[in-house]
Amino acid sequence: MRQDFVLLFIIAPLFLAVGTALLGRTVKQLGFMLSCACGLILCFCSFMVFGLLQKTPAHIFIYKVGGHLPPFGIALVFDGLSSFMLILVNFISLLVALYSFRYMDRYTDKWKFYCLFMFMLAGMNGLIISGDLFTLYVFLEVASVAGYALVAFGTEAEDLEAAFKYAVMGVVASIFILLGIALLYSYTSTLNMADMAFVLATKPQGALVAFVSVLFLAGFGLKSAMVPFHAWLPDAHPSAPAPISALLSGVFIKTLGVYALARVFFNVLGVSQKALFIMMFLGTVSMVVGAVLAISQRDIKRMLAYSSISQVGYIIFALGLGTPLGILGALFHLFNHAISKTMLFLNSGAIEYSTDTRNMEKLGGLNSRLPVTGSTSFIGGLSISGVPPLGGFWSKLIIILAAVQAGHFIFALIAVLVSIVTLGYYLKFQRFVFLGKLNLGLSKIRGIPLSMTIPVVILAAISIVSVLLLMPFAGHFLDSACNALIAGNLYKDSFWSAIIW
Amino acid sequence: MKNNEIGMSLIVKTITRLTIGLILIYGIYISMFSSAHPGGGFAGGVIIALSFIHIMLAFGKGIALKKLTGKIIVSLMSISALLIICLAVPNFIGKDLREGIPVSDIAISLMVGMGLFLAFMALALMTPHRGQS
Repeated sequence: MRQDFVLLFIIAPLFLAVGTALLGRTVKQLGFMLSCACGLILCFCSFMVFGLLQKTPAHIFIYKVGGHLPPFGIALVFDGLSSFMLILVNFISLLVALYSFRYMDRYTDKWKFYCLFMFMLAGMNGLIISGDLFTLYVFLEVASVAGYALVAFGTEAEDLEAAFKYAVMGVVASIFILLGIALLYSYTSTLNMADMAFVLATKPQGALVAFVSVLFLAGFGLKSAMVPFHAWLPDAHPSAPAPISALLSGVFIKTLGVYALARVFFNVLGVSQKALFIMMFLGTVSMVVGAVLAISQRDIKRMLAYSSISQVGYIIFALGLGTPLGILGALFHLFNHAISKTMLFLNSGAIEYSTDTRNMEKLGGLNSRLPVTGSTSFIGGLSISGVPPLGGFWSKLIIILAAVQAGHFIFALIAVLVSIVTLGYYLKFQRFVFLGKLNLGLSKIRGIPLSMTIPVVILAAISIVSVLLLMPFAGHFLDSACNALIAGNLYKDSFWSAIIW
Repeated sequence: MKNNEIGMSLIVKTITRLTIGLILIYGIYISMFSSAHPGGGFAGGVIIALSFIHIMLAFGKGIALKKLTGKIIVSLMSISALLIICLAVPNFIGKDLREGIPVSDIAISLMVGMGLFLAFMALALMTPHRGQS
């Protein structure tokens, strides 16, 4: 069986990004076509990986880069969690690429946007599939650097300020992560994640592992915008172009932050009760602080950014519970939040496209002019705040049930209260922007082209039916992703057996 | 002497005019024959960049940017990145491609040369005006 197609996850976006840089200036719309093609190819590949995983016995397969054996060569690891994240990232990137066709008319030099977009995609894909801690760091930097440049894409004063702030904080996070990797390398003499877990299990766990845990928590926490480290996010998201805000909030902070944190903590370092409690505590703090700060925002995108902090708090909190139900809730909420928040950010871009403002107080009554945007925003807001038939309800229900099951009643109560606050500010957003009388101060309201509504409608449909993922007939989409984390230290055993197989 | 106002003195300009061609050829030589001789893609790239940085120092950044425009820099860097990716694919799959080493050296030299020139150009262009802090 040839598995070489998995290299496309890294090579295709890199190759097409460079191709866009070479020819994008002369051939109009080349960047758009190439990024859509890239999204399509990678979506197809990620479903192929998912299908391949179902056929392998232990739901894991290893691709040995260059044919070298893993502790010495680089390994690409595909397990349930990787395939889950790959499908999510590539599907959302495809929709975002489709959306940016008309939205990016506001900007000049569109080919630069598509070039950076594909570099970011390459970084995220590479981070997800790498089975090697240093490779993970390299791709994290690729994605982050593309992210800094994309935040500054508008080159207005506040865009540059936000990008600079993000760059400084992101570099601090990267240095934390690099220092942690260096210390672990000096302790275990290996960089392969499975091998590292193997060595750590045989050696006594001294203060070094605790110190490295703190470094990783700070570094990946900064990337995922948990509360003490969240200051870059509310500036970075409003100043980026809307497709990029959607990508940043939908998948970027989850891949670079939550996925990497979960992978390193659960599969390499092994979870300790202290680390879990810290994750749970920070998650709860982010939940509360993000929701409280979101209430008073006037800028739509800034409100959505604070809401992202709050919802990432839910995910980290559920991971910190450490029980199988908690992990299921975390991954399912990650999925739902990615879908709904991408939809809401794309809608905020549509509002900006049609009215040239993002200030809620200047808007009003847009439901009569932009019915699709209004109704999908309504669905997205309700899904994130957790109203029954929609996906967000089920994931929050699982998280709260898991918290109760683990005996953390106060945290469960906080989670319930925060979701009521969430519903409050999403209803406020709905009231100010879409309901009521049309604001006469708006001089012109442009219609929204079809390429900007189709992705949003697809996302809305998914957020309505996403509860089906919990059903038994949905296959092992969520289950195998959860099992990869629940297995914890057994990751190394399945890794080595997969290599022999 | 049309460019007497900007740049350095006449002596420096004349010497630079005579030497930059030689420096550029030496850089290309180093990067092309580095697989068999001392040198390497990086060293060759630095020497290539130095020839253009000489123009910038002697004649001013305007003349240097006229010789090596942004379009040329972007296309050269993209070509070298494409070359590197194309050479990487066979090695990823497991085919040992030793014949690719000279090509990769040329690609690296282009990338390093253009990158170094861009870094210098950024430093020259981004100086704050006098009077500003």
